[in-house]
Amino acid sequence: MYAQMIKTAGTGVKSREEMTEQERAFQDKIDADIKIEPKDWMPDDYRATLIRQIGQHAHSEIVGQLPEGNWITRAPTLERKAILLAKVQDEAGHGLYLYCAAETLGVSRDEITEMLLDGRMKYSSIFNYPTLNWADIGAVGWLVDGAAIMNQVPLQRTSFGPYSRAMIRICKEESFHQRQGYDAIRKMAEGTPEQKKMAQDALNRLWYPSLMMFGPSDKDSVHSAQSMAWKIKINTNDELRQKFVDQTVPQAEYLGLTIPDPDLKWNEERGHYDFTDPDWSEFYDVVKGNGPCNVDRLAARNKAWDDGAWVRDGLLAHARKKAAAKVAAE
Amino acid sequence: MKNEWPLWEIFIRGQHGMSHRHVGSLHAPDAEMAIKNARDVYTRRNEGVSIWVVEARHIAASSPSDKGPLYEPSESKVYRHPTFFDIPDEVGAM
Ligand SMILES: [Fe+2]
Ligand SMILES: [Fe+2]
Repeated sequence: MYAQMIKTAGTGVKSREEMTEQERAFQDKIDADIKIEPKDWMPDDYRATLIRQIGQHAHSEIVGQLPEGNWITRAPTLERKAILLAKVQDEAGHGLYLYCAAETLGVSRDEITEMLLDGRMKYSSIFNYPTLNWADIGAVGWLVDGAAIMNQVPLQRTSFGPYSRAMIRICKEESFHQRQGYDAIRKMAEGTPEQKKMAQDALNRLWYPSLMMFGPSDKDSVHSAQSMAWKIKINTNDELRQKFVDQTVPQAEYLGLTIPDPDLKWNEERGHYDFTDPDWSEFYDVVKGNGPCNVDRLAARNKAWDDGAWVRDGLLAHARKKAAAKVAAE
Repeated sequence: MKNEWPLWEIFIRGQHGMSHRHVGSLHAPDAEMAIKNARDVYTRRNEGVSIWVVEARHIAASSPSDKGPLYEPSESKVYRHPTFFDIPDEVGAM
């Protein structure tokens, strides 16, 4: 999931008696699946939590372009290059849809951008891992976009209208992302022994970071109850992680690749795979800023923002000049 | 904040003779760039054949608190729907 460990604002779920009349009416709407729209009344904590969540999601789409963008010029064929370019361009679009949804809550684009650039807001931990070779690009589409879809499909039903509409649009585009990734890694898994080895190596390195995308284990994620009552979180982290594992294992088997977890096995009684949790100390370390690429990623975003300043200012100055000339001519 | 590009609302008309529909918004310095950006952000998969852009500050919207007075009156006017009227079978399609 692209929004991990979102701290829910407020003091937790209130009972109906504790709620003000306004809060009760608000919760009734959510319970009846009536969307909350930007001009509707909403609790301050709902607004604050959503800005964090949508913002982190948007930042993930934008920073997520970096590990893949790294391979556009080195894609093995022109077709793969065109596909990857289209995929990365989609991710830019996803970031923009989500920033606009966040802006309807009263935060400006510059404010939210600056919060990413100075580290006050986070993006998904997964993008702090490197893409070392072409097999990684296949694995990213297959696993990372696959995990993102798991989280985004239920969020189409989220209570905040603009967020829900952005998720619907995004989900329409995501399936292509996962399929192109699976197709790319399949080519390698079915290729020469060296290529297959690269595919296996990519899976080995990206498996646990992908599982981390769903956030900490339910027993350690303290703030979910309120977010679930508000329907801005639909499933628990562990539910989604399990669903992802169940879906992905047969896909790896088809490729003849081995999930790097010796304890992974089908549990007949549960009807799910048992699997090993990721190393949570690594996860917290990456979130804190100590992953292999944290510094590079933020430096790249800051450089892009600073290098683009003269373009943003120049175009705006031009637009103002043109508008003034038009007024003068009238 | 000082030099943020204004926000534009984007409307796209699809292939099949439908009217322009609101699809989202984006930032751009002027209308020309808003159309160019809208083409990249909102029509990557043949979603449209025509784009309208309107600066968001020019849009006036009804207020959520007016919902009752504005829309409830139509709820009781069931005769505005064709199914309100019984037409004898003998009359044929109508
Ligand atoms: Fe995306
Ligand atoms: Fe994607």
